[in-house]
Amino acid sequence: MSEKKFEASRDAYGKVLVELGKENPNIVVLDADLAVSTKTALFAKAFPERFFDMGVAEQDMIGTAAGLAACGKIVFASTFAIFGSGRAWDQVRQSVAYTRLNVKIVVTHGGITTGEDGASHQANEDIAIMRALPNMTVIVPADAIETSKVIKEAAKFYGPIYIRLSRAKTLVIHENENYEFKIGKGIVMRQGSDATIIACGIMVATALEAAEILAHEKINVRVVNLHTIKPLDKELIIACARETGAIITAEEHSIIGGLGGAVAETLIENYPVPMARIGVKDMFGESGKPEDLLVKYGLMASDIVQAVKAALARKK
Amino acid sequence: MTDKEKIKQLEEIARKLRQHIIEMTCQAASGHPGGSLSAADIITVLYFYKLRHNPLDPAWPERDRFVMSKGHAAPVLYAALAEAGYFPIRYLKTLRQIGSSLQGHVDMLSLPGIEMSTGSLGQGLSAANGMAMAARLDKKNLRIFCLLGDGECQEGQVWEAAMSASHRKLDNLTAIIDRNQYQIDGRIEDIKELEPLRDKWKAFGWEVLSCNGHDMQSLIDALEKAEKIKGKPTMIIADTVKGKGVSFMEERPLDYHGKAPTLEEQEKAIAEICRREGSKS
Repeated sequence: MSEKKFEASRDAYGKVLVELGKENPNIVVLDADLAVSTKTALFAKAFPERFFDMGVAEQDMIGTAAGLAACGKIVFASTFAIFGSGRAWDQVRQSVAYTRLNVKIVVTHGGITTGEDGASHQANEDIAIMRALPNMTVIVPADAIETSKVIKEAAKFYGPIYIRLSRAKTLVIHENENYEFKIGKGIVMRQGSDATIIACGIMVATALEAAEILAHEKINVRVVNLHTIKPLDKELIIACARETGAIITAEEHSIIGGLGGAVAETLIENYPVPMARIGVKDMFGESGKPEDLLVKYGLMASDIVQAVKAALARKK
Repeated sequence: MTDKEKIKQLEEIARKLRQHIIEMTCQAASGHPGGSLSAADIITVLYFYKLRHNPLDPAWPERDRFVMSKGHAAPVLYAALAEAGYFPIRYLKTLRQIGSSLQGHVDMLSLPGIEMSTGSLGQGLSAANGMAMAARLDKKNLRIFCLLGDGECQEGQVWEAAMSASHRKLDNLTAIIDRNQYQIDGRIEDIKELEPLRDKWKAFGWEVLSCNGHDMQSLIDALEKAEKIKGKPTMIIADTVKGKGVSFMEERPLDYHGKAPTLEEQEKAIAEICRREGSKS
C-alpha cells in the first residue's frame, strides 16, 4: 500500500448495511439509541420502515430481534459492545443462541480504544463471554475493508453471530476486498518461521508492525489474522505451532478468555509450544485518548516485540 | 354446536390438560404443577378456540403465534399440544427425561409447535413484539398471543417490552397475565407488590381487560374484545388460582410451585379433577 489509510470499522458497517438493504428486503435493523454512533442511522435513513430504534433498552432489543428472526427476518441488532454483550447477555443466551435464530449482533466501540468514555464503556470481556455461548459465531474484523466482507458474509450465513467493531479510525491493512474471506478460516498476512503472532481486530495491524521491527533484528515471524474467534481455526493454529514453534496472541481485550484463551486451549490440548498473550491484563481501563490507552495498557508493537522475544527464549 | 356445548367441550379439554399436568409432573418427579394448573383454562381457550394453527403443519406461515413467556408452565403447553395432535399423548410421560423434546422449560428447537424458547423470565413479551412487528412488515393478518406470569412482571424487561408494544401500536398483539397471586417465595403482595397492576399497564399505553381465568366464557369474551381494540396492544389480566382444580394444591400453593405430586398425591388429584368436572354437569 502506497499511502496509509485510516477508517473506522463502524463506518464501513453503516455503508455496507445500506447496500445489503437494497439487495434484500428481508433485512431489518435494530438499534438501542446509538444509531448515530453505530452507523445504523444510515440504514434508518434509507429504509425507515425496516429500522427500529428500541430506545435505551438493550434487553428488549435482543428479545425483539429474536421475535423478528423467528418470523423469518434477517436481523441486525446494534449497540455498543459493552451493552450488546454484557447488558443483554442473558437475552442473547436464551433468546438468540439457545434458539439458534438468525440474529446478527453487530457491536461497535469494542475494546479500550473506545477511549474517553472510560472503563464503563470499554468492553474488554465481550469476546470471552460471547464465545462461551453454544451456537454463537464470534468475529472481530481486522479493518474497515474486512468489516464490509464480514457483514456481507453474515447476511448470507444463517444463525447467530457476534461481530465486534471499533469506534476509532484505525489502519486499513487490506488493499481492497479482492481476497478470500471465510468465516472460521484465519488468514496468514505475513510468512515467517521463527514464531507466529496470532491477532484479531485492530491488533492485526500492530502485529504486522511488530513483525517489521523484528525483521530488522533477523527474527522472522509469521502473522495470522484470526478474525473468527469461534469457530476457531484449530488446524491453522496447530500448523503455526508446529512450523514456527512459538505463538504470541494479540487482542484488544482481556487476556482472560478471549483470543489468547482460545488459542491457549487449542495448543495445550494439541501441540504445546511456548506462548505469550498480549491484551489487557485483568484490569478495568480508564478515560483517555485511544493512542495513549494502547500505550498504557501494553497493546503496542513494542509490547508484542518483547513478548515474541520472551517466547523465543523459551523455545528449545 | 351451540355456545353452551362449545363451553362444555372446552371444560372437558381443560380437565384433560389438568390430568396430564398431574401425571406428567408426577412421572418426572419434578416440574411446576401450580402455575401450569392456573393457566390450564387460558391455554385451553387459546389452543382449542382462539388460535389459528395447524398441528399437522406447525410451520404454517399464516398461523397465529403463541409465546409462553412463563416458560416453567411448560407442562400445560405440552398437554395442549398433545391433545391438539402435535405429537402422541403417550409422549407426555417423557417430560424432563434425558433425550426428550419435552424440556423442563419450553424449547422451540426440540419441539415443533413451540414458537419461542423461554424459561429465563421476562423475555417472552419482547419476542412476541418482534413477531407482531414482522407480521406487520409482511402485511400478514395474523395475531400474536403471549402469556406472562404475574411474578414475572417483576422483571424489568417486561416493562421495556410494554413500552415498545404501545409505542409501536401493536394492536395485533394480545398479552395475558396469569394472575395467580403467588411467586416461589410467597404471596406477590408480600415479596414485591404489583398493584395497581391494571393502572401500571394502562399507564404504559395498553388497553387493559380483566377476566376470570377459570371461566371459559369470560376468557373468550376478553380475547374477542382484545381483537377489536385498534391502535394499541391489549393486556388481559386473568384472575386465577394457583394449583386450580386440585384442592390440596390450591390450599398450599407455595408447596406446589416447583414441586411435583407424589404417586399418592397424584391419585388424589386425578380423582378430584375427574369428580369436580363430573359434579358440574
